[in-house]
Amino acid sequence: MTDRLPGFSTLAVHAGAQPDPTTGARVTPIYQTTSFVFNDADHAASLFGLQAFGNIYTRIGNPTTAVLEERVAALEGGTAALAVASGHAAQVVVLQQLMMPGDEFIAARKLYGGSINQFTHAFKSFGWNVAWADPDDIASFERAVTPRTKAIFIESIANPAGSITDIEAIAEVARKAGVPLIVDNTLATPYLIRPIDHGADIVVHSLTKFLGGHGNSLGGIIVDGGTFDWSKGNKYPMLTEPRPEYHGIKIQETFGNFAFAIACRVLGLRDLGPAISPFNAFMILTGIETLPLRMQKHCENAKAVAEFLAGHSAVAAVNYAGLASDKYNKLARKYAPKGAGAVFTFSLRGGYDAGVNLVSNLKLFSHLANVGDTRSLVIHPASTTHSQLDDAAKVKSGAAPDVVRLSIGIEDKDDLIADLEQALSA
Amino acid sequence: MNHDNYDDNYIRSILNGVKSIAMVGASPVNVRPSYFAFKYLAQRGYDMIPVNPGHVGKSLLGKPFVASLSEIGRSVDMIDIFRNSSHIMPVVDEALELPTPPKVIWLQLGARDDAAAAKAEAAGIKVVMNRCPKIEYGRLSSEISWMGVNSRTLSSKRAPVPTQGMRLSLNRTSVGGGATSASDRAAKNKNELT
Repeated sequence: MTDRLPGFSTLAVHAGAQPDPTTGARVTPIYQTTSFVFNDADHAASLFGLQAFGNIYTRIGNPTTAVLEERVAALEGGTAALAVASGHAAQVVVLQQLMMPGDEFIAARKLYGGSINQFTHAFKSFGWNVAWADPDDIASFERAVTPRTKAIFIESIANPAGSITDIEAIAEVARKAGVPLIVDNTLATPYLIRPIDHGADIVVHSLTKFLGGHGNSLGGIIVDGGTFDWSKGNKYPMLTEPRPEYHGIKIQETFGNFAFAIACRVLGLRDLGPAISPFNAFMILTGIETLPLRMQKHCENAKAVAEFLAGHSAVAAVNYAGLASDKYNKLARKYAPKGAGAVFTFSLRGGYDAGVNLVSNLKLFSHLANVGDTRSLVIHPASTTHSQLDDAAKVKSGAAPDVVRLSIGIEDKDDLIADLEQALSA
Repeated sequence: MNHDNYDDNYIRSILNGVKSIAMVGASPVNVRPSYFAFKYLAQRGYDMIPVNPGHVGKSLLGKPFVASLSEIGRSVDMIDIFRNSSHIMPVVDEALELPTPPKVIWLQLGARDDAAAAKAEAAGIKVVMNRCPKIEYGRLSSEISWMGVNSRTLSSKRAPVPTQGMRLSLNRTSVGGGATSASDRAAKNKNELT
């Protein structure tokens, strides 16, 4: 009964979950059902009218998924969360609440290549315009602000090079502009960085990566920081205007400091439809229980591998913020003192061809387009994740043609180093 | 009392302790937050009385509207005020004039009047401001977790299967209490600016 805040690892195991009332099952059951029966007509009407808490249909909410949502909200220090089918779906649902056709948002240029594509091309057909800014130049965010700006979007630890973003400085730009700061915290996870503590208003994740952690299930999540005042300036009608689809309910007025998460659920997920499978929610939930242990090992291994590569004669440069010599080391020590993550890039003296050779000679590292798996992964971004960018944009986003990206797993680090060593000398 | 954030035990003791709640500003319009809260609290077994001079003659979920607190004609444990911050003081004054003043005065989400709160507290009345009893009940019982909301509570005990009209246990272990520190900070900043 005490107001004692448990530690991160305790929340990672317990938050949101409780023994099943009906069966006593201790592990959260997989409620693999599309729909839930109503008690009576009034109960059904109350649920549809958002007057009661409860389950209707798995596209809108599901008891297994709800445990995942509360758990990630607790780990991020947010007021509520909404899980969706993928990280990409999370981004669409978030921006749908904020943007009208003709509106703009500012995004950091260093992002996952898929996000760069989504923002540049897919969102264009919605009339959502992205303005790019350089996360290493805070003033470039200030310069990009216009009266149509509705949000700022950054990654905490940025793809592909694992660079660290100065969240507090960009949060200040967002505060002055009167718009929410959205942080994609996928590569850091809340174990390494909690963006809301640094001024972010909304956090999104691809749960597919370190949170799920085992490379077996897709998922995404939106965390509401409960920090943004949507009523200011009447810029966000989805939150403040009467909603005709709910007979005139005003979402912010009704739901207070978790209104954004509710808007994402009842206006975004309900109508756009990218629901996560309860089975995937269960798999990711199980993964999260060991998040602290895995992240410690991921970071320890990544640092050892980065140090090995930095000392290897075939390697031209290593970009890992956990190395004392790295340009982002100061920011890493401030924002991610427990470790700089496990995704980073390096370039080879032999250029593009040496990169391709390395990838094909590795025996333990898997060549695939994912990160944040228990297994160590390798990819050549210029020809894959960032291939749709032109050469100049590739360089700007940290995916130059000679760059190889690693996602370090939780194997024994000596084995990872031995594999790299044999592949570099093959 | 620190009205920027409340210890869960404070909120819990209020929601466990009160039986009758007069809701000032209750609306019969079924998309208004006051209607949601009224209905929810009635379903959780509270004895609800709607107070709104604009709707006398009508009833809300079978409970007749009364025009003012003095017209309730019996004592109530809690007054839940669904009015803007600028309309709080007259309601508190009226509550203090009652033959038996309430034990609790609760100001809805978005409403805050520190002077009115101090006056009520000087008369021995517990005050909660800028909170919703429906949300707090849902949070402390973890019922709100269905909506992906961070209840800030934990429990390793098996909960009873909920049935209609049943009071839920609010005695879960609180973690941190109330809203998150980030949202509390934002609310405090907003309050200081206005």
